[in-house]
Amino acid sequence: MLTGNKAMAEAISQEMENDLTVFVLGEDIGKYGGIFGSTQGLIEKFGPERVLDTPISETAFIGAAIGAAAEGMRPITELMFVDFFGVCMDQIYNQMAKIQYMSGGNVKLPMVLMTAVGGGYRDAGQHSQTLYATFAHMPGMKVVAPSNPYDLKGMMVSAIRDDNPVVFMFHKSLQGLGWMEQLDVAVDHVPEEAYTVPLNKAKVVREGKDITIVGIQMMTHYAVEAAKRLSKEGIEAEVIDLRSLAPIDKDTIIESVKKTHRLLVVDEDYLSYGMTAEVSAIVAEEAFFEMEAPISRIAIPDVPIPYSGVLEDFVIPGPNSIYEKVKKIMEDA
Amino acid sequence: MYEQMVKIRYYEDQMAEVYMEGKTPVFNIGAGTVPGEMHLATGQEPAAVGMCVHLTKEDTVTAPHRPHHHAIAKGVDLKKMTAEIFGKETGLGKGKGGHMHLFDPAVKFSCGGIVGAGIPHAVGAAMTSKMKGKDSVAVAFIGEGAANAGSFHESLNLAAVWNLPLIVVVEDNSYGISVSKKASTSVASNDLRASAYGIAGAYVKDNDPIAMYKASEQAVARARSGQGPTIIEIETYRYLGHFQGDPELYRDETEVPGLRQLDPITKLKMMLSEAENVSDADLEEMETRAKQQVDEAYQFARDSSYPQPEAALEDVFNS
Repeated sequence: MLTGNKAMAEAISQEMENDLTVFVLGEDIGKYGGIFGSTQGLIEKFGPERVLDTPISETAFIGAAIGAAAEGMRPITELMFVDFFGVCMDQIYNQMAKIQYMSGGNVKLPMVLMTAVGGGYRDAGQHSQTLYATFAHMPGMKVVAPSNPYDLKGMMVSAIRDDNPVVFMFHKSLQGLGWMEQLDVAVDHVPEEAYTVPLNKAKVVREGKDITIVGIQMMTHYAVEAAKRLSKEGIEAEVIDLRSLAPIDKDTIIESVKKTHRLLVVDEDYLSYGMTAEVSAIVAEEAFFEMEAPISRIAIPDVPIPYSGVLEDFVIPGPNSIYEKVKKIMEDA
Repeated sequence: MYEQMVKIRYYEDQMAEVYMEGKTPVFNIGAGTVPGEMHLATGQEPAAVGMCVHLTKEDTVTAPHRPHHHAIAKGVDLKKMTAEIFGKETGLGKGKGGHMHLFDPAVKFSCGGIVGAGIPHAVGAAMTSKMKGKDSVAVAFIGEGAANAGSFHESLNLAAVWNLPLIVVVEDNSYGISVSKKASTSVASNDLRASAYGIAGAYVKDNDPIAMYKASEQAVARARSGQGPTIIEIETYRYLGHFQGDPELYRDETEVPGLRQLDPITKLKMMLSEAENVSDADLEEMETRAKQQVDEAYQFARDSSYPQPEAALEDVFNS
């Protein structure tokens, strides 16, 4: 049994043992072990030559990871909060995401950029966003968002071994940190040996016949919670954990709505121009005539994440809002 | 060095001509043999040549949006480079990058269109050299405008903290597009900023290739022997506009003819024949050889095919 952060650290540790070109750099990833614990114990094991604390210079160290990857290394670098991308986005989307393409495939950048996402601990607008769509929108980087310790480990191993830049978004609430609310879903059985989970496959986490709910990270767990309540009332929801945002696994979504004929997409990111719109458009384009109800979506209602608990709880979708929405879809049908 | 400088100058002169093919009578930046913006380095040859003569294939160079002189001096495949600039499938990036985005991993060369963005990449290369226990160095060429970007300061601080074999060459051609260095930079020369990072700095006056050679020799030796980073600033001259088609309203009409009188290629040629006793025949042989290579590269680019349109969908990811 491991928490999310320990599962990630175990993946990194095992890959560092297997491959001398793997190393980690970022802010507070050394002695501190990463603000969200993703690099715990690594510096003790591999020393400061392969686990490098950096100054607060995201442009320089993410850019350095790109330069090292171009030289054949496999760097893992952490952008502490995804919200901080503004200070270094050029390196992420103009450099990391485009160099392979502009070089006609002659330069490979086998690197991982991991970053913490998500609200739930009242840290307001600059520390609580998910920004899934911002990264998934721009071509050239794989973007994944695992929702449990098993996938955190398996997808991290896959990300490190992948020859492309991978943005690895982990959710703070799922790390199992001592200073956040303890969630059962943040602890999971995780095999000891290294294993891989594909970076391009969604997962059906609960089967059902009446409606498909597509979620990402915390929203998947909330959807399952809502589905359990709905089940008592005779509504069987199928829940998909999207897991991989780019590339997105269209097949699993389409297959599911062909069975359930209804769709709700739930996202912890902003509503407009986001992942909910993307999933909805895919279904509208490819399975429109399968649908028996209009496609629905719930997401942050286009406001920055507020600080006060009552406000934050109001804007982030939860099991209740999912439950209510599904009830309404089923009643309207 | 002389041959390289002649090659670069001839390459850029040819490019200035080819660039206008298909763009007249009304200037259309996207049309013609060479589409897009074109930033030529005519006059700035000493910076590239004086440094790169000390480098091997194992040393990394990152260059900015004005990259041809660095690319040629570093030994980038001239034919593939030209084909890339023409947008052909035989180009370094199969026609996906163009003149500002040339990548030749075989000689560890890259460049890019975002000011200051290549400096951290050179830090990463320098870091790799150190981690692998090699003695290769990384050189980031930038314009003086980039020295005011955050990436410059972050990268030099990081390279200094980690004592990396990094050299940043600042080419001061007096202008960041149209804004003069005096109006944008708080110090007289950027080598003075070396003290802010606790590293070495050197200043090269008068676009002098020999002085650049010497300053670079020291910086490369310092980096190779584990003594850390250096900033070299070279006073250089941009004879042409920021890009081809630049009306250059920001500078006095008499400025460029004055600069051309101090031409570094002419000066080096005179020096070679006087002080070094290089015969006219030798000089001519070098010039002929350089020009022939350039002509071959342009011919290769012209003869190459354009990519299939569907190739635009390839190379986003490596499988």
